[in-house]
Amino acid sequence: MTLHSTPKPQTAPGPLLQVRGLEKRYGSRIGCTDVSFDLFPGEVMGIVGESGSGKSTLLNCLAGHLTPDCGQVIFDTRTAGPCDTVTMGEPERRMLSRTDWAFVHQNPRDGLRMGVSAGGNVGERLMAVGARHYGNIRDHALDWLSRVEIAAERIDDRPSAFSGGMQQRLQIARNLVTGPRLVFMDEPTGGLDVSVQARLLDLLRGLVRRMGLSAVIVTHDLAVVRLLADRLMVMKDGRVVEAGLTDQVLDDPQHGYTQLLVSSVLQV
Amino acid sequence: MITVSDLSKHFTLHNQGGTVIPVMQDAHLHVAPGECVALIGASGAGKSTLMRMIYGNYLADHGAIVVGGVDVARAAPRDILRLRRETLGYVSQFLRVVPRVATRDVVAEPLLALGVEDAVARARAEDLLARLRIPERLWGLSPTTFSGGEQQRVNIARGFAHTYPALLLDEPTASLDAANRATVLGLIEEAKASGAAILGIFHDEAARHQVCDREVDVTAFTPVAA
Repeated sequence: MTLHSTPKPQTAPGPLLQVRGLEKRYGSRIGCTDVSFDLFPGEVMGIVGESGSGKSTLLNCLAGHLTPDCGQVIFDTRTAGPCDTVTMGEPERRMLSRTDWAFVHQNPRDGLRMGVSAGGNVGERLMAVGARHYGNIRDHALDWLSRVEIAAERIDDRPSAFSGGMQQRLQIARNLVTGPRLVFMDEPTGGLDVSVQARLLDLLRGLVRRMGLSAVIVTHDLAVVRLLADRLMVMKDGRVVEAGLTDQVLDDPQHGYTQLLVSSVLQV
Repeated sequence: MITVSDLSKHFTLHNQGGTVIPVMQDAHLHVAPGECVALIGASGAGKSTLMRMIYGNYLADHGAIVVGGVDVARAAPRDILRLRRETLGYVSQFLRVVPRVATRDVVAEPLLALGVEDAVARARAEDLLARLRIPERLWGLSPTTFSGGEQQRVNIARGFAHTYPALLLDEPTASLDAANRATVLGLIEEAKASGAAILGIFHDEAARHQVCDREVDVTAFTPVAA
């Protein structure tokens, strides 16, 4: 560890995700509009705003769950380089969502198969990308269960027998087992007890750092983004009203709405 | 290493009648490698504001803040993040951590973020914690339940874990006992000796005289027509 050591020369990687002029309308109502940003490898971006601000609509457009009315979502694919996921074919997009992308739902029931064992939930995603050897799949699943702090002897239990926090950790394991590069999270700590939230935040932070993941996290919890996100976008009425470094946006908010959000947080 | 020129800032409180509060005007200073400069001025004169602007925590209206070749006033978020990871450290007065993370890991985190091996980072963290007299039985616990003084020492250990070429210190010796105060001053001397440019706020006058080479009075940067 020497002082003034210049950082290792590395070819500057381009953005993993480039979003340009994204808009989604529900009839005449705006879901989100005029959203543009770049997300680089290893970056975690938070999106905050109140209910109805368009943050979930945006996330679902990014993840291919909703089709935007206009704009581009350009993802740097492993094989073909940057591709617009809005115009790519459905099979390619589905492949992306099984391999390079992951989506963590607020409600684990939306992201898990409740009738399949914990190990099966993790293994299923591996099999979807071609893993066939049962022993390997089970070992892989066990490894991931331990990474998300689920005891090995629970591998054959169904998620319906798990607590909310365990279900959420299982959902994360199921999502990350294929080594995605980009994780979308919709209120990942919503609905969990505060103590469970903290454990999950710690887990997510560790995984993001060790795996070099990029993530887009939608939440209304400013404390969560302060701890998890490098950058922050604030949404109101479907538009991004402010964006920047997370601590800068929270400590020196420029927009009246952000100032209101930040000043409305109750001090514990 | 740290050069501030022509720096201005105001706050606009949109929800309080759009009140505009000018807080900084034509601020300028320079900190060379191996030098420790103290910011002085009465409470409210803008010392912490200036530190936060240098760290990129507060936006600048006008002017330049160049740290290690990066203009913080203009740089993209990810360039500021890299600067903070590699070059610019900040020891604030408050420890802000993910609950439940062990103290050892809180201190090692800046090194882990740089890709330093786990064992090396933890050894450095433990060395600093020992020097700052945090009992070993606490290393595996989260610092959120520690006393104010202990939390501050954990924060200092974390701030010194990586040998940043530029370092901002906000009251590093406040509320420390004599022995720990001496340890912190020793850490500052070591950082200077290895070439770090340090800018600090020290209300502790004796400490200031011991480690600082110069003083900059921020009162000169307080907008007059406020």
